[in-house]
Amino acid sequence: MTWKQVFTSSVGQKLTMGLSGIFLILFLIVHAGLNACIWAMDGGVMFNRAAHFMGDNVVPRVLEIGLFVFILLHIIQGLMLEASNRSKRGTPYAVSYGNRGSKWYSRSMGLLGTIILLFLVVHMVHFWIPSRFTGVAETTLPNGVEVHDLFSLMMATFQENIGVVILYVIGCISLAYHLAHGFQSAFRTMGVHNKRYVAMLKAIGYGFSVIVPLAFAMMPISMYFGWVK
Amino acid sequence: MEHYNMNLTLKVWRQENSDKKGKFETYKVNGISSEMSFLEMFDVLNEQLIHEGKDAIAFDHDCREGICGACSMYINGKPHGPWELNTTCQLHMRAFKDGDTIVVEPWRAKAFPVIKDLVTDRSSFDRIIQSGGYISVNTGNAVDANSLPIKKDHADAAFAAAACIGCGACVAACKNSSAMLFVSAKVSHLALLPQGEPEKESRVLNMIAQMDKEGFGGCTNTGACEATCPKGISLSNIARLNKEYTLASLISE
Ligand code: HEM
Ligand code: SF4
Ligand code: FES
Repeated sequence: MTWKQVFTSSVGQKLTMGLSGIFLILFLIVHAGLNACIWAMDGGVMFNRAAHFMGDNVVPRVLEIGLFVFILLHIIQGLMLEASNRSKRGTPYAVSYGNRGSKWYSRSMGLLGTIILLFLVVHMVHFWIPSRFTGVAETTLPNGVEVHDLFSLMMATFQENIGVVILYVIGCISLAYHLAHGFQSAFRTMGVHNKRYVAMLKAIGYGFSVIVPLAFAMMPISMYFGWVK
Repeated sequence: MEHYNMNLTLKVWRQENSDKKGKFETYKVNGISSEMSFLEMFDVLNEQLIHEGKDAIAFDHDCREGICGACSMYINGKPHGPWELNTTCQLHMRAFKDGDTIVVEPWRAKAFPVIKDLVTDRSSFDRIIQSGGYISVNTGNAVDANSLPIKKDHADAAFAAAACIGCGACVAACKNSSAMLFVSAKVSHLALLPQGEPEKESRVLNMIAQMDKEGFGGCTNTGACEATCPKGISLSNIARLNKEYTLASLISE
């Protein structure tokens, strides 16, 4: 059996989705944790310092390459799977089984993922491209280090336009439902069938898919309403 | 339970063969007893059609007692009809009321082409079984009953998986037309028993390869298969299949 046969089989393709999905989940923890520094109420000093560390240090930069590889794998494999799975029915049913047999969001992973993808494009244009390429205004930390003032960029992005805030909230809701199914599904894909662990992972999955997207959604919301100083 | 008669409207998928386009036909059946089975109701309708000089509706059935897996009707949007843990042949007309309209479709999947009307070609399942759903044993004298100790919980889980009757409802219910619940039942059944040990790796690799070749979709763990399965085959079998596959693919040459 070749590696190609493994990763092009239906189970292998799922494995790619599951492993990349779990990597993205780990990334979300780091991303949410760092961004929560905006709530330090110190005019963004802690947040800018954290962001500077991530941009300056070699470890996060290497991990960033991994992140790009995994997210591209996840997106490309996800869209390919969605298309292939959709093509297997032939004549559609006149009456659908619908929510009687499964949760709507478990059947809508492709759609939810596509909304997340559209959100990601806008999100990168807002922050990642300026910080890497087009430039962000500098500010000086209390210890004298010159850093990108990403905090002010965030404030400007979210305080000006309610539309942007709504877009971010839609992205977070899609992420929440994507994870409500994806978190537990990824572990099933990796072969966890022990009932005790499945029950535990389900509970953690639902908790994660509420807490993390909610934390993300609160960032634009709290900036828009001026709760962040 | 109180007996009653009912008049029904049936919308049934009619299709001459796999090359022709099919369409729904509407039929009225009157005086159906609540004690009839769903297939008996179809027998009544077919008799009516034959008397009218029309072509009877083709549908699959054999045992009519819920064990062979032949009967296959997608009734009002659910394989095997509204009851849980139940086959079409064991569905009784008391599940319906007077005046109901019932829509009956064949299993719809490219891997299960329609032969005629509600009859589909499920030989793809046979080929999956042939590719690995067996064990190799030496024939000869029967061995002593307890010569092979088997853990009770493994025996129970293997038995539960072996209950799969190969009906294909899981494929019919799945949005991806995936056969993973069926294949996982067969793989789990044998993987859990010492008799299945010699082909443990080749079985799972070959059965998945055949499943993919037959044109079934991939699993996305939605659980629609488990919800519709007449034999209560658990979704956890799919996770076990994934584990077996991953380990086998890592160690195979
Ligand atoms: C930060 C963003 C994302 C995270 C954390 C994430 C996470 C996950 C996880 C954990 C799974 C489950 C894998 C499995 O069942 O084995 C999954 C599945 C999937 N994702 Fe994502 N994903 C993200 C973004 C995306 C994007 C941008 C797309 C596509 C455009 C996408 C499309 C899909 C699809 C189609 C599936 C397969 C559905 C299934 O197997 O049920 N995801 N995702
Ligand atoms: S797993 Fe259940 S639904 Fe699928 S073929 Fe077996 S008995 Fe039928
Ligand atoms: S006819 Fe045998 S299971 Fe229904």
